[in-house]
Amino acid sequence: MSTGRTLLQVNGATKRFGGLVAVSGMTFDVKEHEVMGIIGPNGSGKTTMMNLISGELRVTSGSIAMQGRQLSQLPAHKVSRLGVARTFQLVRILPGLSVIENVIAGGAFGHSRRWGDDALHFAQTLLDRLGLADHMYQPVGALTYIDQKRLELARALASEPQVLLLDEWLAGLNPTELQIGIDLISDLRKEGRTIILVEHVMDAIRSLCDRCVVMNSGKKIAEGKPSEVLSDPEVIRAYLGDE
Amino acid sequence: MDILISGLLLGGTYALIAMGLNLQYGVARIMNLANGEMLVLGGLAAFWMFVAAEISPLLTMLIVAPLAFVGNWLIYVFLLKPLVRRAKNQGQLEVDSILATFGMSFILVGIMVMIRSEYFTYSFLANPFEILGSTVAENRLVAFGAAVLIGLALYLWLNHSRPGMAVRAVSVSPDAAKLVGINVERISALAFALGGAVTGVGGTLISTFITLDASVGVIFTMKALIIVIMGGVGEIRGAILAALILGLVETAVATLIDPGLTLASAYLIFLLILLFRPQGLFGRRST
Amino acid sequence: MKQVSWSGIVLAIILFALAAIVPLVANGYHLSVAVTAIMYVALATSWALFSGPTHYISLASGAFFGVGGYLVATGMSDYDQSFWLMAAIAPVVAAILATLIGLATLRLSGVYFVIFTLGLAEMVRNLVSWIQNNFLGSRGLYVLTDFTEAHIYWMLLAVCVVIYIFGWWLSHSRLGFALRIIGNDEAVAKHVGINTALSKVVLFMTTGFFAALVGAIIAPRYSYIEPNQVFSPELSFLVVIMALIGGTNRLWGPLVGVIPFTIIWEIISSNFSNFSTLFLGLAFLLIVYVIPNGFVGLLEKWGRRLRA
Repeated sequence: MSTGRTLLQVNGATKRFGGLVAVSGMTFDVKEHEVMGIIGPNGSGKTTMMNLISGELRVTSGSIAMQGRQLSQLPAHKVSRLGVARTFQLVRILPGLSVIENVIAGGAFGHSRRWGDDALHFAQTLLDRLGLADHMYQPVGALTYIDQKRLELARALASEPQVLLLDEWLAGLNPTELQIGIDLISDLRKEGRTIILVEHVMDAIRSLCDRCVVMNSGKKIAEGKPSEVLSDPEVIRAYLGDE
Repeated sequence: MDILISGLLLGGTYALIAMGLNLQYGVARIMNLANGEMLVLGGLAAFWMFVAAEISPLLTMLIVAPLAFVGNWLIYVFLLKPLVRRAKNQGQLEVDSILATFGMSFILVGIMVMIRSEYFTYSFLANPFEILGSTVAENRLVAFGAAVLIGLALYLWLNHSRPGMAVRAVSVSPDAAKLVGINVERISALAFALGGAVTGVGGTLISTFITLDASVGVIFTMKALIIVIMGGVGEIRGAILAALILGLVETAVATLIDPGLTLASAYLIFLLILLFRPQGLFGRRST
Repeated sequence: MKQVSWSGIVLAIILFALAAIVPLVANGYHLSVAVTAIMYVALATSWALFSGPTHYISLASGAFFGVGGYLVATGMSDYDQSFWLMAAIAPVVAAILATLIGLATLRLSGVYFVIFTLGLAEMVRNLVSWIQNNFLGSRGLYVLTDFTEAHIYWMLLAVCVVIYIFGWWLSHSRLGFALRIIGNDEAVAKHVGINTALSKVVLFMTTGFFAALVGAIIAPRYSYIEPNQVFSPELSFLVVIMALIGGTNRLWGPLVGVIPFTIIWEIISSNFSNFSTLFLGLAFLLIVYVIPNGFVGLLEKWGRRLRA
């Protein structure tokens, strides 16, 4: 799987909030067409790491680069224009816009900059693919939870990102929905997309990720194939505590 | 030296008003733009009692406080709580409460104009007083003293009593406060009412040395807001320091350059704070 | 995203034609009310272009309007410049001022913005009076032109047309779409690639530009300009109320609010001036508690109910 060239390089990324070090010296690479998981116990700094990549937060030190271009000092909208799209831990759709406008919003300003009929058709295609075609002109208030999640994913895909960041995209789904969700990401993987996902659902990590980075207290404690890192004694200790 | 002393005396009273607004905005999360009118009402009460019955403003204060408390409590419960409940997010509550309190402010001005459309002029303790080589009016000194006492009482109550602690808890995090069994709505109403009472009393004190009129409230709302933002929302010590700074700067500008520029100088400070320390002098940078 | 609707364009042209012949059929008092109304149409509509989608309540209209009126007055009386030159310069100065204010306050939460704009007219008035008294001498500012009320009306109507065309273009443009997204969720807006600060500042600047232009054009109506009169904080509040009562979700929303409100306001301020402030307050409460989406929102709700 990891035959592609390196797309994203995280090098010694550190984030401090006052005295608290949320992310400390994180270093890892993400290759093209690779699905990379970031896992770890609650409060280990995974979401902060995602926020550093997407430009929501600035690194205190270290760097994050995509294909040689520094992302770490850019504001979020510039990072987005370079081709990083994301979903949010707590689903965030735009309540005052219709379903299709939500998707167009994802593509109009970011990496692909589609507008007009082009944007409309592309958004329709995406909604079709994600199974939301029937809801296209509805207000978003009418959507179920998984449909909101799908919509958020469609919005992220609308910009044709180089790297897709999924922050606990599978969280909160019931078992049937979870299977639909896993299948959906698995399809994206087969298309050859580069994805970084933060996830707690272990089944999803085993079946979706090519590689994983395990974080604990802001530091990387393991990296490798999911099956390997999940049997690593240090990782088990991090999850279950010292006994 | 004159500037220093007058500035500090003015700042002390400003601190009290800012404390009132801080309770309302920092705890109840309502940006009350009718705050200045509450202050003017306190001043109007003092004027009226003094002119009609020669009652000292210091006694009027004791009547203003409970009345303002009840009045603000009613406003919160009947007009603002429905907005808090219907708001889907903080942004919507902000817009709604700004518009609603603007409405209240205009209504209060309208009512006060009907009661008295001229200046609330009266003379209370307007005798010169010598302090550290400077001459100040006694009424300023008395107002300052009263403001310090009330501020101190409030500070002790917040830090050393059970309801005070609940108020501080809601100010830090309404969600967490709910989890430990604090009735957030009731504490918010309490803080809003208390804030209104403090502001009303502040108005009574200010009216002894600044001549108020029915429409001047908005200027005091502005000043209180600038102080609260400068000090950091929810920061009592920050508000006191900010109030003293504002009092000093205004007095200095009025004495040295032109009394017409006091508002402009307050704005300049506000602009600098917004540009360089939007979280306030004492506030922590939020993430 | 919407298609051009021909019926809408025809309707707009008919309305424009009707508006254009008002000075020919109305005179005296009625024309004077019409001038006031069209002034508020221009102010409230341009206000809503920015504040409608973003929900930033700007109370700066009075300040920009005042800059327009004051610059025309000072340029004509103190520097012997023509009305036309000053009417061209004033909006540019206001736009620069708006940009500076926007850069300082629009990065932060909406409350800071409201508070800053709240006393802005008052502060600019203080500064201008101070400069006037200390450096320029107070000779009085006269704006003497040959314009009649009808001329002023037609000029303001032309400004309205420009604002409507701009608003129509905006609602079909990326920038307009960006503002709607910002109003919905600013965090999402940033992450889909919108330069949120720039978008907001550009629109706020436009609002300032138009408010000053209106202030400049209306200045000849008063002949004698006093800073205390042109920098009126009341104007800012009236603009906000009229726009919100009409509704800001549609380009024509403010128009629906301005016309009835101007008429009622005229009646109240000439017959019951003691109650005018009280009335303003009640109008604000009406907006918050009864018609949060304005008349337009109300009409659309009834429309949906009729169809259902």
